[in-house]
Amino acid sequence: MSKYYLNYLDELESEAIFVLREVCAQFQNPVILFSGGKDSIVVTHLARKAFYPAKIPFSLMHVDTGHNFPETIQFRDDLIKNLGLNLIVGSVQESIDEGRVAEEKGKSATRNALQTTTLLDAIESNKVDCAIGGGRRDEEKARAKERFFSHRDDFGQWDPKNQRPELWNIFNGKHFEGEHFRVFPISNWTEMDVWNYIERENLSIPSLYFAHERQVVWRNDSWIPYSEFLTLEPDENIENKKIRFRTLGDITITGGIESEADTLKKIVDEVSTMRQTERGNRTDDKRSETAMEDRKRQGYF
Amino acid sequence: MIDNNQLLRFTTAGSVDDGKSTLIGRLLYDSKSIFEDQLEAIEKTSKKKGHEGVDLALFTDGLRDEREQGITIDVAYRYFTTPKRKFIIADTPGHVEYTRNMVTGASTANAAIILVDARHGVIEQTRRHAFIASLLQIPHILVCINKMDLVNYSEDAYNKVIDQFEEFSSKLLVKDVRFIPISALEGDNVVNRSTNMEWYQGAPLLHTLETVHISSDVNKIDARFPVQTVLRPQNDSHRDYRGYAGRVASGVLRTGDEVTVLPSGFTSKIKSIDTFDGALEEAFAPMSISISLEDDIDVSRGNMIVRSNNKPEVVQDIEVMLCWLNKTSSKPREKYTIYHTSNSETAMIKELIYKIDMKTLERNTNDDTLNMNDICKVKIRTTKPLMIDSYRENRTTGSIILVNDSTNETVAAGMIV
Repeated sequence: MSKYYLNYLDELESEAIFVLREVCAQFQNPVILFSGGKDSIVVTHLARKAFYPAKIPFSLMHVDTGHNFPETIQFRDDLIKNLGLNLIVGSVQESIDEGRVAEEKGKSATRNALQTTTLLDAIESNKVDCAIGGGRRDEEKARAKERFFSHRDDFGQWDPKNQRPELWNIFNGKHFEGEHFRVFPISNWTEMDVWNYIERENLSIPSLYFAHERQVVWRNDSWIPYSEFLTLEPDENIENKKIRFRTLGDITITGGIESEADTLKKIVDEVSTMRQTERGNRTDDKRSETAMEDRKRQGYF
Repeated sequence: MIDNNQLLRFTTAGSVDDGKSTLIGRLLYDSKSIFEDQLEAIEKTSKKKGHEGVDLALFTDGLRDEREQGITIDVAYRYFTTPKRKFIIADTPGHVEYTRNMVTGASTANAAIILVDARHGVIEQTRRHAFIASLLQIPHILVCINKMDLVNYSEDAYNKVIDQFEEFSSKLLVKDVRFIPISALEGDNVVNRSTNMEWYQGAPLLHTLETVHISSDVNKIDARFPVQTVLRPQNDSHRDYRGYAGRVASGVLRTGDEVTVLPSGFTSKIKSIDTFDGALEEAFAPMSISISLEDDIDVSRGNMIVRSNNKPEVVQDIEVMLCWLNKTSSKPREKYTIYHTSNSETAMIKELIYKIDMKTLERNTNDDTLNMNDICKVKIRTTKPLMIDSYRENRTTGSIILVNDSTNETVAAGMIV
């Protein structure tokens, strides 16, 4: 070997592995928040690397809104089986049935905001003291100030003004009973880094990320997939388009883009010329300028 | 994307008046790192506020409280990539009361951008920024003399700032300082070379960031491997494997190396260096690996594996330059948990030797209270030995934080002298 420096992707990988090993050492009962999206897939892969040849010492936790893409659930179940991990599911439907939350009404009703209650309930009932997420600082302005180790109080809430300073690579995960941490190992990755990494590592990802034919409806400047949960407005039509998704959320709020990219290589090329942010197709972020900050304060992902 | 592209982390210190937000906005905008929907949102806000054109500073707008009060509360991280490198900006507010944020941003930086208003020259704040950059041992300092458009792009104004800066910086420990005349607002010498300053022979800011030599920023001499956790798979293919997982803090480790485990002092040889992607012959900082040893000796989290012919100091008394980060003040004799690499022990601040007056940068020996944003030299005693190097030699094994056990908050950050 002639060079003694890492390229940027190796350095990001090494940083994330370091963070995941700190989680294992500093917490009793950590879980990986697994959505089936590319970021949580990358985090799970990094956890494999961090503890190889041992098994990942965390369970996966999925907040099931009941409005999932069927492909996402299939992907999740296959992954769990392959890695031999335990899956914890928090069900939004159950939270609704138990009267913990009420379903939103109207045309733009989603279950996005309801997830927070289910997530916090699942964290509490499973005595989770650390939830590892795939959040990235480049995603959104409220996330630009997020720590690697992000402290949550008794109520699971985030107080941006009262975060612990984080210096060098020394992480302070000390907490009291009932509190928990959110940890973000890929904080410093951008969307492009994630795609370059998925291509380099040849990771398997849900088919939804690749261009495919789908029935869609044009709403809020993007192609929303048609599903049983969608109520059509009089002026809306179902069309057939070749699309793919840049992010995966609920089937009711995740907009697709028209695309021909049906291989990882083509996706990487497409993302590198993209002129819109990936969350631009998420109607949950369009509700207000501080939509993400407000949800984060309440305990959202 | 070229395989050898490196990651450069830099910090920008300065207040709104220095044009810091405009500079970051300019870097992101001119390097085409801003998306159309972000641009549209900024254009809308600029218009609402009655600005002419696009106010680049709005790109770095953060949380609601900050927007309402027009200030920056916290360190924000921003990202951009050029065909040569990936960049992480730690965007920190520069007021005197935010010393703690500057220290935070500086702790991981390869380079610091210090902004100077060409009209005002070096001011108290410039000296403070340079002092913190040198205290945190940021390897490269780029002094950007901004608003050159407001002094008619005058070479004299530029030279005056260099003279002022060198007058006081000769007393600081900085290795690499460069001076770049820019106009963030007009874009001169930020990404593109300025045509208004033919007298300037150096490179524009972005080119400097893309080419400055950073491979040597990490110590590659002293092999230090703090153990984070022990891997014991106990599965069929790895029945007896015992791997010590961690990130190489500095130096290079090779299979067959004679090593010592600290603090126990047991010696052994490196049997293998393992990763998910296969075994390696050698590993260097900052790689995350796991190590197995020839001998079955007791190794656990908090231990450090080092080459037997090059060891750190193993001590319980350390002198530290401490930055106090918490609203609750402290005095000597208070106890805390000290975090150092993968170790944590109980520690006591034994003595406050002096405090730096952040206005004059002079030492003050008549005050023994540690208040938020203070920088002090202190003596600390720990209940068990730590394996340390001086911060000047090693930013990883030379740094500590203090945690208050009754609140669990991180209250101080320190650099071992």
